[in-house]
Amino acid sequence: MGVKKIVSTVLTFLPGITIAMLAVTGFAQMPIFKRYYIADIPGFGWLAKFYVTHYMHYLLAVVLLAFLGHRSVSWFLGRKRGAGTVWTTKIKRLILAGLVATGMMLVVRNLPGYHFSPGVLVALDLTHLGLTVLLMVTGVVSVVVSRIIPDQNNKSV
Amino acid sequence: MSEKTMDPSISRRSFLKQGAASAVTIAATALPTVASAGESQQLATLIDIEKCVGCGACVEACREKNQENYPRVKKPFPKMIPKRAKPEDWSDKQEIIHRLTPYNWLFVQTTRVMVDGRERELNIPRRCMHCINPPCVKLCPWGAARQFPNGISRIDPDICLGGSKCKAVCPWKIPQRQSGVGLYLDIMPSMAGNGVMYKCDRCYDRIEKGGEPACIEACPEGVQTLGPRDEIIKLARERARQINGFVYGDTENGGTNTIYLSPVPFETLNKSMEQGPGRPDFEPKKDAMAHGNNLVTAMAIAPFAGAMAALGKFYMFTKKSDTKEG
Ligand code: SF4
Ligand code: SF4
Ligand code: SF4
Repeated sequence: MGVKKIVSTVLTFLPGITIAMLAVTGFAQMPIFKRYYIADIPGFGWLAKFYVTHYMHYLLAVVLLAFLGHRSVSWFLGRKRGAGTVWTTKIKRLILAGLVATGMMLVVRNLPGYHFSPGVLVALDLTHLGLTVLLMVTGVVSVVVSRIIPDQNNKSV
Repeated sequence: MSEKTMDPSISRRSFLKQGAASAVTIAATALPTVASAGESQQLATLIDIEKCVGCGACVEACREKNQENYPRVKKPFPKMIPKRAKPEDWSDKQEIIHRLTPYNWLFVQTTRVMVDGRERELNIPRRCMHCINPPCVKLCPWGAARQFPNGISRIDPDICLGGSKCKAVCPWKIPQRQSGVGLYLDIMPSMAGNGVMYKCDRCYDRIEKGGEPACIEACPEGVQTLGPRDEIIKLARERARQINGFVYGDTENGGTNTIYLSPVPFETLNKSMEQGPGRPDFEPKKDAMAHGNNLVTAMAIAPFAGAMAALGKFYMFTKKSDTKEG
């Protein structure tokens, strides 16, 4: 496999891997991986380290935002338009937009000097979590749909 | 402090009844209350260690004031799944005053050190530091903890599930858990949560009404001084210069709103005093939130970098096609 091919394979899977890792590091913000022994599995200890997963979540968000910037311009210029706009893909895009919006607000919340009222705090956390679960469900649905109707071109984002 | 930003917390019942939908609605109406307040608006306390005689009046006053806020436990505790999650119970040890517990939010650490060539006993009131950017608040996955614009951080006992993440991320491991109380009992008591976390809320309700925290009011020696953070820092540094002393809390964890003034270095205090669960140290602390927050600029640039890359690719592509056609 040539370097070009490797790069293009990585680029194809990068968005999917980034989103999956964002979900994992996001879930790791809840104290569940230690409680449920997942962090005990050799190589998974980092899942119980809140500051490590928090930092990773931020780093992955940087990658995702760069990718979304790239995708949006490509779409605007017409290079990626047309293919992959089945209903599940449209829903996934909407959910992703919601995740980015709530995620950005949470990033602002984490800066010194920003105070959110309790309703906003709970709503943001719940919405961010709920949208992640929804994205996962939609992902599964879109795989099933693409199996049933194989000619549908389902893109991951 | 405006009433708008100090709006009451969601009650446990309404939270459960209306669930996430209510929270989203609240968010929509409460959005204008998202506020950015600089450190200048924060209130800080100066604790002059040399003045403290260790009488414990502050501890007593805190316990009296917060009796109504202490956990009222339902027993037996839910059976935990998996067994690793053990219930924590302080309800039969409410009399303990020599460490932090869910029933004791302030205690006095006592130690003996050499000051100017003679051995002296020093007494140090310890409680939550009320960090400028508190990880306990910012990293709570459930939004149960919040910080008021005046710098006070508080864990809402009606929302907290007792997962203890706030304690894990707190540089001083301040919040303390009591099982058998709180929202988790109404959701999935065996599978998620384990009680409620408790810590000093700096008598936010008294301060809101223009009053003083109970511990400050009760102290016969005037050990604590409360005021705007910049003034308190100035005062602490000035006093430190006068007594050849040392200051702690001004820069720790990126800065806190509890400033200690000591006649001996905090390293010395830290070595001499008893530490452990519920007994915080005086170690230097790096800004715990800085690692993530330093990536915010990268986050802001990332979409533009991606867009530029796409534009570049598009430019190369059109150039190539032009050359081919030409
Ligand atoms: S000392 Fe700990 S509990 Fe107190 S505000 Fe700072 S992080 Fe939170
Ligand atoms: S400020 Fe209030 S809650 Fe905090 S230690 Fe003092 S009396 Fe207790
Ligand atoms: S009441 Fe004042 S002197 Fe007495 S222990 Fe508390 S801080 Fe020290």
